[in-house]
Amino acid sequence: MTEFLFFFEVVLAGMLAGTMYSLVALGFVLIYKASSTFNFAQGAMVFFAVLAFVGLMELGLPFGVAFVATALLMVAVGYCTERLVLEPLMNQSHDTMLMATIGLGFVLEGLAQAVWGVEVRRLDLGIGDFPIPWLVDNLGLFVSALDVTAGVVAAALIGTLALLFKYTKMGLGLRAVADDPGAAASIGIPLKNIMLAVWSAAGIVALVAGMLWGARAGVQFALVDLALKALPVLIIGGFSSIPGAIVGGLIIGVTEKTLEVYIGPYFGGGIEGWAPYVLAIFFLLYRPEGLFGEKIIRRV
Amino acid sequence: MTQARNYPLGDPILEVSNISLRFGGVKAITDTSFKVLAHEIRAIIGPNGAGKSSLLNCINGVYKPQEGSIAFKGQVLDRISPNIVARKGISRTFQNLALFKRMSVLDNILVGRQLHMAANFLEVACQLPRARREERENRARCEEIVEFLEIGDIRHTPVAKLPYGLQKKVELGRALATEADVLLLDEPMAGMNVEEKREMCRFILKVNDEIGTTMVLIEHDMGVVMDISDNVVVLDYGKVIAEGPPAEVRSNQAVIDAYLGVAID
Amino acid sequence: MSDKPIFMTFARSDVTNFVVLMIVAFAVIPLTVGSDYWYTSILIPWLCLALAAIGQQIVMGYTGQLALGAAGFMAAGAFACFNLELRVPGLPFAGSLLLSGVIAAAFGVLFGLPSLRVRGIYLMVATLASQFFIIWMIDKFGWFKNYDTSGIITAQDIEIFGRPFTSPVEMYLVVAVVVIVLTIPAINLTRGAVGRSWMAVRDMDIAAESMGISLLRTKLLAFAISAFYCGVAGALFAFTYLKSLEPVAFDIKLSFEILFMVILGGLGTINGAFIGAAFILLFPVVLNSLGNTYFHGMIDATIMSAIEQVVFGALIILFLIYEPLGMSKLWTNLRQRMFSRKRAGDARALRKPAG
Repeated sequence: MTEFLFFFEVVLAGMLAGTMYSLVALGFVLIYKASSTFNFAQGAMVFFAVLAFVGLMELGLPFGVAFVATALLMVAVGYCTERLVLEPLMNQSHDTMLMATIGLGFVLEGLAQAVWGVEVRRLDLGIGDFPIPWLVDNLGLFVSALDVTAGVVAAALIGTLALLFKYTKMGLGLRAVADDPGAAASIGIPLKNIMLAVWSAAGIVALVAGMLWGARAGVQFALVDLALKALPVLIIGGFSSIPGAIVGGLIIGVTEKTLEVYIGPYFGGGIEGWAPYVLAIFFLLYRPEGLFGEKIIRRV
Repeated sequence: MTQARNYPLGDPILEVSNISLRFGGVKAITDTSFKVLAHEIRAIIGPNGAGKSSLLNCINGVYKPQEGSIAFKGQVLDRISPNIVARKGISRTFQNLALFKRMSVLDNILVGRQLHMAANFLEVACQLPRARREERENRARCEEIVEFLEIGDIRHTPVAKLPYGLQKKVELGRALATEADVLLLDEPMAGMNVEEKREMCRFILKVNDEIGTTMVLIEHDMGVVMDISDNVVVLDYGKVIAEGPPAEVRSNQAVIDAYLGVAID
Repeated sequence: MSDKPIFMTFARSDVTNFVVLMIVAFAVIPLTVGSDYWYTSILIPWLCLALAAIGQQIVMGYTGQLALGAAGFMAAGAFACFNLELRVPGLPFAGSLLLSGVIAAAFGVLFGLPSLRVRGIYLMVATLASQFFIIWMIDKFGWFKNYDTSGIITAQDIEIFGRPFTSPVEMYLVVAVVVIVLTIPAINLTRGAVGRSWMAVRDMDIAAESMGISLLRTKLLAFAISAFYCGVAGALFAFTYLKSLEPVAFDIKLSFEILFMVILGGLGTINGAFIGAAFILLFPVVLNSLGNTYFHGMIDATIMSAIEQVVFGALIILFLIYEPLGMSKLWTNLRQRMFSRKRAGDARALRKPAG
């Protein structure tokens, strides 16, 4: 029984870690849906946003004000990216756009560090990273309160966005753009506004993801590498699917945690670092479009 | 077409039997069969979306039809990839130009010679005698093609910088360079003016006459089709609705209906 | 400039370039550059990284496969070389280097397999797997590090025909010879039939296939040769520049740097690899010395490296927008302009007496 409970704990921890991956992956999906651009800078945006947030808090701003200010900052970043990077590169190949967003990532990472410094910062959200006593007492489950909060917040945010994009005019516009940008523009859908909305949403998602991760692991550069794990998540879930991002995140979270706990010891640990990528390769070989992506038929 | 040909029409070289191709639920080609004779110029015509390009894509292995078979020189080409089909002797051009944009005209045509070059990468890296000889001989061969197509003055220009008509010519040159027995030409004259079309026809006829290459071409300009083709296949909704010499096909009622009153001449 | 393989035609421009290069590399530099700093901190790392950039160039610039794992293959080469030197007595250093490259190439083929199914970002993720996996493997299996627990292993001294090559100048000479010897075949490959098939696959894969090119063989060959160059470069990097072997030296940051070298230097050119490597290596040096001169070291080194990052990132974007062919193209343009101005001057000089 305890063995099963332990397994359950491992899976649960994996799922909760997975929601965080999902959150970063969601940022990628939003931008990919709207512009077919793969925004490699999403990880850098996570780092940039949370570092700015912590920096503003250190300047003495209250939590709420710092959050709103950082959110506005992320909207500004989205606007600049749209005007300075994406517009001049319109109609270029996807590979070119991808390389440009790699450049963008470096700019954001460097900028954040140049302004706020490089030391690791603590971010205290007022939620402890320790097991919830009630669960320990009643079920014998050791699950961190922070993990649970993170999972709930991530789920709420993902749900809100999904609803927004389903039921608002903006969301409808986004779906039209995702389907056929040329046709959408020709019937008067404001492409630029939609792009700005999408980049802003991605920026705010990045901020929330950064705060949750920062609270656990400290606000530091390693967040960028952690965010890279959203890539295998996307491959498994499909690049253009919000449910895909969620399920992909959960799969990656659970897989890497169980592998680490049950197989890791035989190799001296560290499997977490590459297991998601290798899992992604298997998906690439057998189902390149991901679980929820559309099958791509190349026509000549 | 009345004078005696260097290469009179021969036996079937390409046999398409009962091909069906679907994309998901969409039927592109349904139960299509026809035979192309050696050394002939065969036109495939039909309204937009009739499945003409899909048919060429099936023949050279870009698409894999769900049913039916294609035989080349009596040998069935079963589920094989375009590079193998090319090595067996079927080359092609594409509807929407598929040139190597960042390479020069000469390099594009040289890629067509690739299947005649056997030196491996070590020989090329160290420029061993075989690699050197092959490079020299094939460059010379491509220079001949460049001369033939009268594009000598642009041989070193990257193709992306060329106007459309010239790019079409380069693509023909690349296909010719393979020295294939059968050339599949997907709308070789689309978007050309009368002058350019006439020139392209001249090249096609000349190649057919001097080397005996079999040509299967998709063309919308009925005047061109009537002028240069030996036989015509008419497709509509993925099916063959008529087949035969141009004069016969143009008076066929089904063909006239398919074109919905569009004058065919 | 000739577009044909070297040795095929002995084009005059190639021969003169080659002679000038040999004189500069093996006479001018060793005779005039006295300070060890130049060898150990600039020339040696520049040549090593340029070699790795050639590898990246082959797979990305020529074959159009967006791969991001050069440092992983460098690590494979470096540790292969360490183990060959350690465990195979009597194997000459050149043999170790060559085999290191071959071992890295095997990894290249393995991790190049996904390129047969996917492209773009998908491929990038697959190649990232190689980066993380190779570093992890070396780190976790003691055998690769000869059960050394200190984390940093000293590289063996280079010995050629029983003579040690340990001084900065000597090591520079070793690196220069290897890099030149390997650059020539790279040029031949890219200008010859192999390069044409790579570029054909890059520009329009379906058309390439329809011309009889096997995508499987062409892509895997590109991955193998790319990883070979990275492997040899990694071994040289460890043995002559780092003088030690530590997996962290080959982390993803180095892969990004090599990617940047190729993009900034110019995709699809061999000299772009050298120009890009020089820029990525020298820019921080210049930035630091500027900082020291004008701010007297008041700016923190970490801030400097953050500024560096911003500049690299911004340059990537600017080059993609304004000159996708990179610095190598800027260089050609400059040379052409100088050349045409000179010619225009000559023409004027000729016209004058007539008029």
